[in-house]
Amino acid sequence: MSNILETLVMYFQYPFVQYAMIVGLLIALCSSLLGVTLVLKRFSFIGDGLSHVAFGAMAIAGVLGVSNNMLIVLPITVLSAVLLLRTGQNTKIKGDAAVAMISVGALAMGYLLMNLFSSSANISGDVCSTLFGSTSILTLTKPEVWLCIIMAVIVIAVFLIFYHKIFAITFDENFAKATGVKADAYNLLIAVITALIIVLAMNLVGSLLISALIIFPSLSAMRVFKSFRSVIICSAVISVICAGLGIIISILFSTPVGSTIVAADILVFFMFWLVSYCKK
Amino acid sequence: MGKMQIECKNAALGYENHVIMKGLNFIVNQGDYLCILGENGSGKSTLIKALLNLKPQISGEIRFSKEIGKNEIGYLPQQTIVQRDFPASVREIVQSGCMNRCGLRPFYNQEEKKLASDMMQKLEITHLEKRCYRELSGGQQQRVLLARALCAARKMLLLDEPVTGLDPKATNEMYELIAKLNREDGITVIMVSHDMHAAVKYASHILHIGGRQLFFGTKPDYLKSKVGQAFLAVSGGDTDE
Repeated sequence: MSNILETLVMYFQYPFVQYAMIVGLLIALCSSLLGVTLVLKRFSFIGDGLSHVAFGAMAIAGVLGVSNNMLIVLPITVLSAVLLLRTGQNTKIKGDAAVAMISVGALAMGYLLMNLFSSSANISGDVCSTLFGSTSILTLTKPEVWLCIIMAVIVIAVFLIFYHKIFAITFDENFAKATGVKADAYNLLIAVITALIIVLAMNLVGSLLISALIIFPSLSAMRVFKSFRSVIICSAVISVICAGLGIIISILFSTPVGSTIVAADILVFFMFWLVSYCKK
Repeated sequence: MGKMQIECKNAALGYENHVIMKGLNFIVNQGDYLCILGENGSGKSTLIKALLNLKPQISGEIRFSKEIGKNEIGYLPQQTIVQRDFPASVREIVQSGCMNRCGLRPFYNQEEKKLASDMMQKLEITHLEKRCYRELSGGQQQRVLLARALCAARKMLLLDEPVTGLDPKATNEMYELIAKLNREDGITVIMVSHDMHAAVKYASHILHIGGRQLFFGTKPDYLKSKVGQAFLAVSGGDTDE
């Protein structure tokens, strides 16, 4: 046991491990806050769809040779988020189909572009690390960490300030609109911060596993807790603990960070499911 | 007869170039219990949207009196799938009816919390305050949504098929509750329904639509009219009066 602790202390002296921890916990916190709303609005798969869009955008950025690919990835992802959440109401292609279409479309185009124009020798390695986020969390630079902290603060602040409004439009959009709440504006806000979180989270777990960060903590919390506020708090706590544990385990046993975190989330989900099952 | 609250003059409703309903002429006065009858697809939901100011009329005029300003109608929408498994306490839901009083203020103040408590008391759901919405019975859920609607506006209620999915006992209770709010608190009620029996039993006025306005007037007149008698015959109507 003391052996493990020593190893941990040793690792945590390296700044890149500290950065990974900070960024990991912040992203986990943000995604779980939004996750509850997205799951309840039946948009569980938006994380998946948007992250594939971000993957496609990264490929475009790579082809164009833009050094800071955030400049391309962020606007494209935010735009798609806005379009996708708007389709919720009454368009010809329904919400789930639109998400699926954009998701696989972007994935295919991204891979195609990478293959046709890539300058790197190890394409499948590149693709694999963007999809599963294998190492990039450990190669964060100081500016990236600050960017992440600022974005996380914005997301959390927005969430706290608009908490009651977000509740109202999640529970009943029609009623909110009828009583004069600008539901469309808030939906737009949710779409934009969802996109922000997803672009951030791609570093952590990669674009294939982002949905897990968004849906597992909130689904676990919903098994057991009965008010909106307790579900949100519980899901934030679960998400942060799982992310922390996942990162520590991945350091100790050198497992991939993203999938270790998701494994921890799945484990917690089954524990909560068991608790709710026993209560009945 | 109370003061005029809504006046609809020769209004036509629909989407851009597609008129769904035209020739609407009716008046809602304070304390009225107006029942809007019509088959599915007769334009009931379009009319609701117009009354809630969610969609402007194509032509004509819909005027609201000052006290029923924009967005001050308590709305009881039909339940959505999302709500059936929504983790929220009764208080959280009732309180969300106060949202339009907050403006940009992020949290509820004491006054709004008290309003929510008062409305829960009025609808006899105070004991459910901490319970989870999804675990309540259909009738209890409707009471919660009604309390929320009353938090949003205390002068007028717009109810969209309020008894859908309720068992006969809960249906009866719900109708009695609405009638009581109308009778004792003087709340104007507009109920959209295809339940002929309830309309005949509780409403003071009837608006019957079907692509256009088929009838508007008081209940006794409706029962004598051709439209009313035809509709009664179709819905197997034998009235208790």
